[in-house]
Amino acid sequence: MSERADLAVPPILSAHRISKSFGDIPVLFSIDFDIRPGEVHAIIGENGAGKSTLIKILSGLEQPTSGTITYQDKTVVLPPNGEAAALGIVVIHQELLLAEHLTVADSIFLGRELKSGFFLRLGEMRDQARAILDTLHVRIDPEARINTLSVADKQMVEIAKAISQDAKVIIMDEPTAVLSVAETTTFFEQIKRLTAQGVAIVFISHKLDEIMELADRVTVLRDGQLIATLGTENLTPDSIAQMMVGRELSNLYPPKHEPDVDAEIMLSVRDLAAPGISGISFDLRRGEILGFAGLIGSGRTAVAEAIVGLTRKSGGSITLRGNAVEFTDVSQSVAAGLAYMTKDRKGRGLLLNVGLQPNLTLMTLRKHLRRGFLDGKSEEQALERAVRRFDIRARDPSVPVGKLSGGNQQKLMLGKTMESEPDIVIMDEPTRGIDVGTKQQIYHIIAALAAEGKAIIVISSEMQEVIGLSHKVLVMRNGRLAGQLEGAEIVEAEIMRYAAGIKQGGNDERISA
Amino acid sequence: MSVSAHEAAKPGKGFRLDLKTAGPLLALILLVVLGYSLNPAFLNEGNVTNILTRSAFIGIIAVGATFVITAGGIDLSVGSMAAFIAGVMIIIMNWAVGAMGASIWTVLLGVGCSLILGIGAGFINGFLTTKAKIEAFIVTLGTMGIYRSLVTYFADGGTLSLNNGAREIYRPVYYDSFLRIPYPVWVFITVAIIGWVLMNRTAFGRYCMAIGSNEQVARYSAIKVDRVRTATYILQGLCVSLATIIYVPRLGSASSATGVLWELEAIAAVIIGGTMLKGGFGRIGGTVIGALILTSIGNILNLTEIISNYLNGAVQGVIIVAAVYLQRGSLSARRKKAE
Ligand SMILES: Nc1ncnc2c1ncn2[C@@H]1O[C@H](COP(=O)(O)OP(=O)(O)OP(=O)(O)O)[C@@H](O)[C@H]1O
Ligand SMILES: [Mg+2]
Repeated sequence: MSERADLAVPPILSAHRISKSFGDIPVLFSIDFDIRPGEVHAIIGENGAGKSTLIKILSGLEQPTSGTITYQDKTVVLPPNGEAAALGIVVIHQELLLAEHLTVADSIFLGRELKSGFFLRLGEMRDQARAILDTLHVRIDPEARINTLSVADKQMVEIAKAISQDAKVIIMDEPTAVLSVAETTTFFEQIKRLTAQGVAIVFISHKLDEIMELADRVTVLRDGQLIATLGTENLTPDSIAQMMVGRELSNLYPPKHEPDVDAEIMLSVRDLAAPGISGISFDLRRGEILGFAGLIGSGRTAVAEAIVGLTRKSGGSITLRGNAVEFTDVSQSVAAGLAYMTKDRKGRGLLLNVGLQPNLTLMTLRKHLRRGFLDGKSEEQALERAVRRFDIRARDPSVPVGKLSGGNQQKLMLGKTMESEPDIVIMDEPTRGIDVGTKQQIYHIIAALAAEGKAIIVISSEMQEVIGLSHKVLVMRNGRLAGQLEGAEIVEAEIMRYAAGIKQGGNDERISA
Repeated sequence: MSVSAHEAAKPGKGFRLDLKTAGPLLALILLVVLGYSLNPAFLNEGNVTNILTRSAFIGIIAVGATFVITAGGIDLSVGSMAAFIAGVMIIIMNWAVGAMGASIWTVLLGVGCSLILGIGAGFINGFLTTKAKIEAFIVTLGTMGIYRSLVTYFADGGTLSLNNGAREIYRPVYYDSFLRIPYPVWVFITVAIIGWVLMNRTAFGRYCMAIGSNEQVARYSAIKVDRVRTATYILQGLCVSLATIIYVPRLGSASSATGVLWELEAIAAVIIGGTMLKGGFGRIGGTVIGALILTSIGNILNLTEIISNYLNGAVQGVIIVAAVYLQRGSLSARRKKAE
């Protein structure tokens, strides 16, 4: 935990009685919030509670409907479009906003290029970028293109960019949602380094253990209301969760019902090879939840994409309920009862500029045809069902999905995937960006689906989730299966050992079997 | 705090739809009022049918272009494609007249060829963009040049003229009417209605929209992106072919000057109608209005002396830019008001 910020230090940025409405819909009600230099202040709350909206207001991206903002002892109206960065308030959005084809150095200096006259001082920018990256103790080549970096590295580039802007306040929206455990650890070290230099950090996270570890103070929002702002020393993860959802949370994970040993094998993969992966073999039984653990970039998504036909496999075989299959696009796998839910909900999962209904039914429009024409009624009913089943909270369902809170987008995507009524579901990071209350719901939904006889693969970087849900866990490392765990073996330490390469299970006959 | 999806959807939707359709329609009404006040002859039955008939060419092509653009593509080849199809039609019909005399079959043969050529040309554009993965702009820039130079070559630099006998038989397709509405207008109306249904009431239209707004999402949503894309170009080819079928009897000839700049007029009609050039959102009704607006401008300039007819292109240009500006402007204004 970082040094406790001195309570006597006056806040650098504070918000007084901030309210915000979109149209007629109020999302924030008279919120007070402040942040002191050298402090980590976490904002938590359920999906749609208004966290992202609050930080958008704190950084000028949205203007409050009423209320004032004080920055460095002056009441200010923050300039829109991220210009507040020049004042020292930098936001790192959950969807990293980096131009994929620029180099790391270009990205760090984007919009503030060093120039002599008309020309760019490329060498100097490169050197400065390298110096900043060095202070972060990360090994990223300033000349690498952004699209070659891992998500964690991209995040480091964003942080480097913030530092180069001489940020006094860094605001982060769910920074760790896309990081694996190891990456999160490095990330936390960076945060501590920054706070030691007096930078104020505001961050949103749904991971309560992280908040306990990192934050000095926690602000809890519920339905746009400020519930409390408290020092972490007075809190436990349970008490935070309770404040967030307004009720007691027990049994985050549903009880496991092991599938029958002789349950039908729904999906069987042998020696699968595809770009980035090789030698993948496993069986998935009816009623089974199979967890895929591993570091980010270990090839779990590549396995899923090769199975459903999003990428072409270069070797091996896939058998679906005894029939060899070879999918070349998703429509075939969906038709065969195999659905894949992507982890990239903004880039691959949802059409952000249209409403809930077209998104929900996009994959299964055929179901909503009557005599060849779309049947709006039937689509509407589907949406009503999904809203109920997955507890999707959209105050106005015709608003573009891009404006929903992250968690509700995730739930909508889950609804969309389940619309195809698959027998086998592959869920890639199913609870990314989802609050604990909803997580619990989703875990119970997953368990119920398995109990109904569906076969489920859960790919997750959240160790607890894999452990809490799976009947069997496969650990991947560098594009290969590193190990397989069952029953009582499924514990964090074991998974970590395989994921980090300390233990090798590649020759384990259970895997090649 | 959550609202059931059902209840809240209705009022919001209706309101927004109104605002969006209103823009181009209002512009058209304004233009009609302006035309009438400048010269009352503007609203004579003869002139109105004239405007409608002339809009038919661009309008039919623009309906096809609406699909291509909505799905995130672009087709620059439609103008030269029309010239090429017209040229080949005339050559084939002349040949048929030579071989077996002029009859209704000559014309039907020409029409059949036109349809095959249109669909074929559309398929080539679609195939090259989806399978060979070349940008639509480049593919259709290429085919645009190819068709244009082919028709020049066939005409030997001059004009291809349809045999007089065949022309007599074919003539009514452009000049005759049914219920006092010329045939080309009927074709336009039919194409527009089918286009509207296709866009708004079928899975195909929804897929076009999805692909245009995010191709990756479409791919991950079990949509056969390449197939749908190719289909939009084929549809575009078909529309060009239909437009050519009603165009050929008008002059009975084709030359290297046939269909010049039609691609830009078609795209302009689509954009004036409120479809987004970057894809993802298409409006057939708007496109029809867009085509009517473009033709009306030319017509009004013809009927009045205030602005030289030679400035037609300039006025159209101003209108296009203004229309798009107003659409954007009203959009952001509405957003501001909402906040
Ligand atoms: N531009 C907008 N227009 C309309 N409504 C909006 C807009 N932005 C946010 N909202 C609504 O405001 C509410 C709060 O959203 P916000 O994104 O702040 O939630 P959040 O607490 O960040 O949730 P999550 O944990 O899911 O990310 C949501 O109901 C959302 O739909
Ligand atoms: Mg959020």
